[in-house]
Amino acid sequence: MPVFTLHVNGKEFKADVAEDTPLLWVLRDNLHLVGTKFGCGVGQCGACTVHLNGNPLRSCLMPVSALEDGKITTIEGLSKNGDHPVQRAWEEVDVPQCGYCQAGQIMTAAAFLKETPKPTMDQIEQAMHGNLCRCGAYHRIREAVKLASTKTK
Amino acid sequence: MSNTLHKGRRDFLKKLSLSGGGLMLGFSWFDSNAAAMPFIMTNPEIDIAGFNSYLSIAADGVVTIASPNPELGQNIKTSFAMIVAEELDADWNKVNVVQAPLDPKRFERQVTGGSGAIPHSWKRLRTAGATARTLLISAAAAKWNVPADQCTAENGSVIHKASGKKAGYGELASAASKLAVPADVKLKDPKDFKIIGKPIKNVENKNIVTGKGMFGIDFYREGMMYATIQRPPAFGTKLVSYDGAAAKGMPGITDVVSFGNNVAVVGRSTWEVLKAKKTLKIKYEKEGEGLESSSDHDRFFSTLMNSSDAKPRRKEGDVDAAFRDAAKIVKAEYECPFVPHNTLEPMNFFAHVREDGIELVGPTQTPGSARKAVSDLLKVPEEKITVDITRLGGGFGRRLKTDFAVEAAELSSLIKKPVQVIWTREDDMGGGSYRPAARYRFEAALDTAGNITGYKCRGVGMNMENSLRQDNFPAGAIDNILLDTVEHKSPITVGAWRAPTTNFLAFAEQSFLDEVAIAAKKDPVQLRLELLQKAKTKPAGPVRYDIARMEGVIKEVAEKAGWGKKKGVSQGFSVYFSHASYVAQVCDVVMKNGKPEVQKIYAVSDCGMVINETGASQQVMGAIVDGYGTAMYGKLSFKDGEPEQKNFDRYQLIRMKEIPEIEASFVKNTIDPTGLGEPALPPTGGAVANAIFKATGKRIRKQPFIDEASFLKS
Repeated sequence: MPVFTLHVNGKEFKADVAEDTPLLWVLRDNLHLVGTKFGCGVGQCGACTVHLNGNPLRSCLMPVSALEDGKITTIEGLSKNGDHPVQRAWEEVDVPQCGYCQAGQIMTAAAFLKETPKPTMDQIEQAMHGNLCRCGAYHRIREAVKLASTKTK
Repeated sequence: MSNTLHKGRRDFLKKLSLSGGGLMLGFSWFDSNAAAMPFIMTNPEIDIAGFNSYLSIAADGVVTIASPNPELGQNIKTSFAMIVAEELDADWNKVNVVQAPLDPKRFERQVTGGSGAIPHSWKRLRTAGATARTLLISAAAAKWNVPADQCTAENGSVIHKASGKKAGYGELASAASKLAVPADVKLKDPKDFKIIGKPIKNVENKNIVTGKGMFGIDFYREGMMYATIQRPPAFGTKLVSYDGAAAKGMPGITDVVSFGNNVAVVGRSTWEVLKAKKTLKIKYEKEGEGLESSSDHDRFFSTLMNSSDAKPRRKEGDVDAAFRDAAKIVKAEYECPFVPHNTLEPMNFFAHVREDGIELVGPTQTPGSARKAVSDLLKVPEEKITVDITRLGGGFGRRLKTDFAVEAAELSSLIKKPVQVIWTREDDMGGGSYRPAARYRFEAALDTAGNITGYKCRGVGMNMENSLRQDNFPAGAIDNILLDTVEHKSPITVGAWRAPTTNFLAFAEQSFLDEVAIAAKKDPVQLRLELLQKAKTKPAGPVRYDIARMEGVIKEVAEKAGWGKKKGVSQGFSVYFSHASYVAQVCDVVMKNGKPEVQKIYAVSDCGMVINETGASQQVMGAIVDGYGTAMYGKLSFKDGEPEQKNFDRYQLIRMKEIPEIEASFVKNTIDPTGLGEPALPPTGGAVANAIFKATGKRIRKQPFIDEASFLKS
């Protein structure tokens, strides 16, 4: 099998996997970065969201061979001390219930706020609509995205 | 990869040593301080003083509280610790909470289900905290040579006001833990609570927002294998033969084995086993009665509605006479489909069956039952089986079952390796133990004044011996009543789904009472209050709900929602008692461009004392979102025994843009607390359907609502 070089959270990793292996499983099984979650495997729930060159990406659908030199950021690399404005807002609003979807929610929100620093509630709902939260913590997620937009790094 | 792990372990040990000790860790498998803590024990070498099953205190004053019950988002890990810390008078900033493993010697009822953890543990947790506080005070009094009753505890210290002496728990812990445990300790007066009732943040927030591995699916052990299992795709079929040669030859695959109706593919990574599974060639054959489709279910319901085999669940007075003499009869049928639990973390479990015992690790709501089931199957005594409870990425009742743990253990025993079995979403949604489909027929006899003189309900459920709650409201308020049930035995497996039975019975019943109110020309809120008045003054048979508490939530929600006072808003009402809590809801619907829009749901809950203000509101809001989403969109249909929806592309879960506003509030009282994981869900469907009726004149009697009313489709 080919060896792929991945750029994840500012570090270089080698992974000896089949070329159709989704990034999700390389992160989880090979690099042991398990913050990125498996939820549906078909890009419907958003639990596996990471950043590819700063843009949100469903890692369950992205074959490792298609990454090329792309820079991947996962929840573990979003900030050094867990103090990204979105992470701080999540704690402040006390968003998590079971917590399983939250890494994907946070990664989606962080990418969105970079593009849209001062969003309206409608824009937030539009941006977050692709991420499922089975606990139904949507009200707090929405509030936390709004709060994060008022914070600076 | 080993670098990550080693670093994680180093960080973990460093964290512990910073917090004052090493707590005798057997192992640490997560890169976080959420690691399993096999025992809380006294360890003089590192200055840890153990007090009881729940808590220990280190020399630096850090209080470690063990949370015995599985955490699946009901926030028990925070609430339990709050209760212990309250009675301990601990400094909340120095409290560290750990998940306890299964340990029946230390804990009772290590189960998450039935919204029962808080009522079960309330007194036990308070006593645990109060006992330690009493011992710490005694130790301080002895040290200062003053009477214990002149000392008080506050924020992690014991104080002797007269002399101005003060000592932190850390310095007293070792001496205190050696004192004789008092038989009787004084619990606080709720008016003195400093932690209980406050908004306290989830103790795991930091780990969650930074992506620490804490769920079952995140578990990793050096040398562990990954496995996927092909189970029969249709209910009512069994495995005849399989050909796993192609799978066995694929890269990374080590074993292809079969047990029961399963074929397992085992290998070194998840993707490799998932790929190999697709190459399996398996023959199944029909078993028993046959393969059911949703159209068959429809037929079964219709037949059983007229069956003479129904079992009476409650019978009071003379129902036939009441209907014969009625001025008016109201009759309606309600129906709900099967729905899956859809925990966002799919089922998974780790098992290592060794010569000398079995290790189980994973997300389970019932670690004790999982151990018992594995013990029975593999004939290994329970004391040789350990169960570590990971965080659960949702439960909703699915993880009360033990199937996913048992199959992991069985597979490990066959391949003789440590293994983690992972379910795909398709496995999970297609794998059974659904909320059963059910149909109800209600009939009410009214007199000329609009009073309900007779009431009947027939419940027909799939594998539901009893699809009713015969002692629940309005039973007790109607003189002539007949409630009976009959089931259809289906090969489709069913199980508890958040607020079992009541999650759809409440919708049916609360919608029907709305129909009765309209027929009787009464206000729906007034109708309930009249019925409760009747149950209070002239009860018909046993009344097992608290009438005053039910009246309380009804009146409070009517006031909060401005019931009947809003212009341009159509309101629907619902109230339900389940899992020992009372919840009343009002739904506001507004017409926009000729379509009804669900704007807001008001909920007033009486769950006794609220432990955690934020946690309680999360539970109520989440339950309403779940109740609303499921009523609106949830449906699992069948074709020849096989579910027609197996992933979120075809099964609609509620998303952010679809949620209504929610205002959740709580009755303030000092009644012992009850659980909140479920009670706010049952009333929601009824409140929404009743409001939609008010706005449009369309009565929705079947879930999901979008299949019944095209105007609800976006």
